[in-house]
Amino acid sequence: MTSLQDDTPPVTAAPVDTAALDKARRGRNIALALGLVVFILLVYGVTLVRMGGHIASRPL
Amino acid sequence: MDPGAPFAYVAPYMSKPVAIEGRAASQPALWSDYLQLLKPRVMSLVVFTAATGLVCADQSINPLLGAVAVFCIAIGAGASGALNMWFDADIDGRMRRTRARPVPAGKVRGAEAATLGIVLSLFSVMLLGMTTNWLAAGLLAFTIYFYVVVYTMWLKRWTPQNIVIGGLAGALPPAIGWAAAAGETPLNAWLMVLIIFMWTPPHAWALALYTSEDYAKVGVPMMPVAKGAASTRKQILIYSLLFTPICQIPAFTGLGGPVYLAVSALGGAVFLLLAWRVFRSRAGDAPDERIEGEDRLYAVRAGSKDARNLFAFSILYLTLLFAALLAEHLARIAPLELL
Repeated sequence: MTSLQDDTPPVTAAPVDTAALDKARRGRNIALALGLVVFILLVYGVTLVRMGGHIASRPL
Repeated sequence: MDPGAPFAYVAPYMSKPVAIEGRAASQPALWSDYLQLLKPRVMSLVVFTAATGLVCADQSINPLLGAVAVFCIAIGAGASGALNMWFDADIDGRMRRTRARPVPAGKVRGAEAATLGIVLSLFSVMLLGMTTNWLAAGLLAFTIYFYVVVYTMWLKRWTPQNIVIGGLAGALPPAIGWAAAAGETPLNAWLMVLIIFMWTPPHAWALALYTSEDYAKVGVPMMPVAKGAASTRKQILIYSLLFTPICQIPAFTGLGGPVYLAVSALGGAVFLLLAWRVFRSRAGDAPDERIEGEDRLYAVRAGSKDARNLFAFSILYLTLLFAALLAEHLARIAPLELL
């Protein structure tokens, strides 16, 4: 009967440091938010430069 | 099995799909790990050479558009780095120089690195196209494709000429910068590309001479691994003999001025001297069994020092060449046009 028994020890999950996970996630989210803000500002600035003159010269 | 060790390091023959999906959950990924995927040091060199190309075009470009163009080229280079780290995670984890990278270290999943690389590739190419022109965007897309598909996925593990051909990807940023400013790429733009292209083999092989054990371990056929150290030292000298005269050409084509000529000539002489020393050294050789005791170790170390010197000076020389071009064009020093 021993051959049918599972002798391998139960798999135990590694201890999770919740505080560290939260801190890391918060850091990633802030970096992502900053990245998005930079992207918006870039597109806004590029649009002004590329189209600004043309918009000003359009007839009302 | 050491639970703290990188997954690919403890399972060197793990298949790629398993290797890139595996992850050690012990360390949460920080934002800096994602930044690391973009190879910031490579990005800084790309920013520098692309900005030089942009300035050397001598076209009036809005400063914001110029800055965004360089930013896009840098992000494109970073995206290539992330895709490279995704694909090479299986070998990176087994080399000393690269095993701390975020994917083999288990901090970031391979799929995440690949996704970041694809998204940033699309972002950088589209934004560069809309900001400047589609010639620059097309060149950036080609650069990313060449680095990821042609170099990383194909050449790197297949031929000792990997960095010779693959070096084109690292050489293109000045042409992209030039195209972003001028909408065209004249011969002088391609001359800057040629300088970096010819610089890459002696630079990379000097490094490979004293890190070849790592490459051999993972089966990457770098020149010292595939053809031996003596052949590599000879090829370093041959490429240096071709590279240093090429560096003088900008003084004859209306690209470089007197400062550039002085820097390229003096630096070129030092470069050749260091390449000659590497050629005469035993860098990359296995210790000679006939030499006894400490003398045997010293003979190998001395050769490695010559290779290190050439590697370090090659970075300085390329930086000085491009800094001279950048300074001359910013200061509006007239080029020589000796021809």
